[in-house]
Amino acid sequence: MAERYSSFQSGGRMWLLQRITAAFLLVVLAFHFFLLHFVHHADEVSFLASSARMENLSYYSLMILFLVTATFHGVNGVYNALVNQGLTGTKRTVIKWTLVAASTVLIVQGVRTANAWAGIGLY
Amino acid sequence: MSQSYNRGLIEDFSRWREFEAGMWAWIFHKFTGWVLIGYLFTHIAVLSTGIPAAGASEAAIMAGEDVYTQTIVSLESLLLVRLLEVGLLAVAVFHMLNGTRLLLVDLGVGLESQNKSFYASLILTGAITVASVPTFIAGAF
Repeated sequence: MAERYSSFQSGGRMWLLQRITAAFLLVVLAFHFFLLHFVHHADEVSFLASSARMENLSYYSLMILFLVTATFHGVNGVYNALVNQGLTGTKRTVIKWTLVAASTVLIVQGVRTANAWAGIGLY
Repeated sequence: MSQSYNRGLIEDFSRWREFEAGMWAWIFHKFTGWVLIGYLFTHIAVLSTGIPAAGASEAAIMAGEDVYTQTIVSLESLLLVRLLEVGLLAVAVFHMLNGTRLLLVDLGVGLESQNKSFYASLILTGAITVASVPTFIAGAF
């Protein structure tokens, strides 16, 4: 069989995760835009309405998964872009852990917000 | 053996006049990616006003006088914010369509027509964005 082009390189677990999250985000981001701009409208936003949506366990779970996958996909994308630009050595390590810390803060803050809406005491 | 195509150094932006469709797709994908991750951090920061709002009285929440509702309502009343949202939609739609193109190429579909699918991504992004303007602007005036 003739080999075909792919950006895959062996050992690329992050490569695979970037693509799996991409496929997931394609669907969920489209749903997110559609629900919050076309079904509901920007000028109708209220704590009450956000809360009503987030109290639904399926919606809550989907939004948490959305937050985690979007954070991973975005931050890993930034890291890849910087590595492509020639980031190496100590700088690369420092930036990598800074991005990990920023991701952690983002996910914690996102979960706290979702919990506040869902009426979960932990926020 | 798989062949690699020597595209030259794409990071050398001074060569932009020589760039082909695929290189522009690469640049646009990076640019829209940076915008989207920047927006994600901003988005969560704004939505975080939901945390103090949860402590407001039931009467304040029912009346929409909590800090979250007030923050979002005042932001959405600004035409600039609505226009930025249209820009965000354009950026997101392009990243999604071009991302689909990249996933398909990695699955072995459409490498030969990758320049055409890039142009299709651009045209479709423009069409979806223009079609969404009335919905995104509604209630801003």
